[in-house]
Amino acid sequence: MASLQTLSLAHLPPDLAVHIALYTDLQNAPFLRDQLLQGNPDFEYALIDASVIISTTHVLAAVFRAANDYLNGRLKSRNVHSEIVFSLGANNNIAQSLRTFGIGPTSTTLLAIKLATTPAITPSTVSAHLASSVKGTAVAFSDATLATTADVGKIRKVYKLGGVGGGGGDPKGKRRRKDGSEEGSGGGGGGGGGVGTAGLDGEGERRELEVAILGLMALRGAV
Amino acid sequence: MELTNPAPPQPTPLPPPFTHASPPPTLLTQGAEALLYRTHFLSPSHPCALKHRPAKPYRHPILDKRLTKHRILSEARTLVKCRREGVSVPGVLALDAEGSGNGSGGWMMMEWVEGRTVREVVVEKGKSGEGLEGLMGKIGRAVGRMHEVGVVHGDLTTSNMMLRPWSASVQNGTRVMNGDGDGEEARTVGEILEGEIVLIDFGLAVQSLQDEDKAVDLYVLERAFGSTHPEAEEGFQEVLRVYGESYKGAKVVLKRLEDVRMRGRKRSMLG
Repeated sequence: MASLQTLSLAHLPPDLAVHIALYTDLQNAPFLRDQLLQGNPDFEYALIDASVIISTTHVLAAVFRAANDYLNGRLKSRNVHSEIVFSLGANNNIAQSLRTFGIGPTSTTLLAIKLATTPAITPSTVSAHLASSVKGTAVAFSDATLATTADVGKIRKVYKLGGVGGGGGDPKGKRRRKDGSEEGSGGGGGGGGGVGTAGLDGEGERRELEVAILGLMALRGAV
Repeated sequence: MELTNPAPPQPTPLPPPFTHASPPPTLLTQGAEALLYRTHFLSPSHPCALKHRPAKPYRHPILDKRLTKHRILSEARTLVKCRREGVSVPGVLALDAEGSGNGSGGWMMMEWVEGRTVREVVVEKGKSGEGLEGLMGKIGRAVGRMHEVGVVHGDLTTSNMMLRPWSASVQNGTRVMNGDGDGEEARTVGEILEGEIVLIDFGLAVQSLQDEDKAVDLYVLERAFGSTHPEAEEGFQEVLRVYGESYKGAKVVLKRLEDVRMRGRKRSMLG
């Protein structure tokens, strides 16, 4: 199981490691969801539908926020893992965030995240447990693979970001940057040319969208 | 003016979780309300700015928490709105308006903006004189865009505007910005004026659609310009000219600016 990645986020204590695995062609989403609904303690993960995740930064920002709230003892949901899913949301409705971002019965992609809140949680225990319970194809957790699993249209809808970064049907999209916001609607990671310059290509659009999402997550309902 | 005074020698402790980062955050500047650091977000390769609003020990703790929370959220709200509407501002990456208790205050992380402040650019260019027209136009357009979406900055000065070079990738800024003097490589005259205006420091910003507020915003900028860059004062006409063409209600605001000039920033003379 080379697919499980363990990383530590900047500014968080190094022993609070983040274990992450990404799966495509998920076969047993209903089973996994049931374990969460029943509160099976063996399945204390953040199980996220990867189609609503645009990039590694997007989901890791939610982990960062949840971990910071965990360390400060002000979780609003049951545990730090549900808090990760809650932190992806742009409002204060926990149930709605879990429904939108958490694994659903029809999910075909899965992002499983486990925070090492006790020393007993190690890469080998996590990866062994995931290997025995998740039926799907493990792929690398990276921006490149997330670009293939992300449903940009759905993400725009979830965050109500029709016009940001060009594309979308929102009339506000027209008002953005006079220089070349008309092109590049669809979401595919097309040309990756001059990022951060005037023209918004696929990559620039994705970045614009990501930064807008991070802002909404940070505010979470306080907009 | 916020965030423009040099740092005093005695350090304010960083709030958790920023106490054990490597490399540690570097203090860039300090204002009356907040300290601005350069650090990184999620991984050391992703630079960002950290604005820390420490608790004020002379305020009642409950009031202090409320004020800090309110100010952080209000600044973040304005930045997110601007960003969504396509105004060039740093995006909000993360925030903690409540902090970790026991007087740590609150913080907000923003995207790192490459480049230099407009103030630095104008001061450097001012010696040689002209060539600033294009830059002035860009300032007018940037302020116009911000006003168009209903945001009034509240502290428009040339220190609160950055000129970000077109080439600067936001992702990997490894240069230390406030290196004055020897680190500067030689640049051609045209080159230092290239780039995009990014408005920063929305700590005093409010959302307003009133012509009066927008006119006062311009008036503050005009006065700041006059005192920081007296040699470039005529250039301000270009700011206003481009501003006037930048959005639909701009002409009315310029008309209002004339009234504001006559009487100063405060509308009511009472109290």
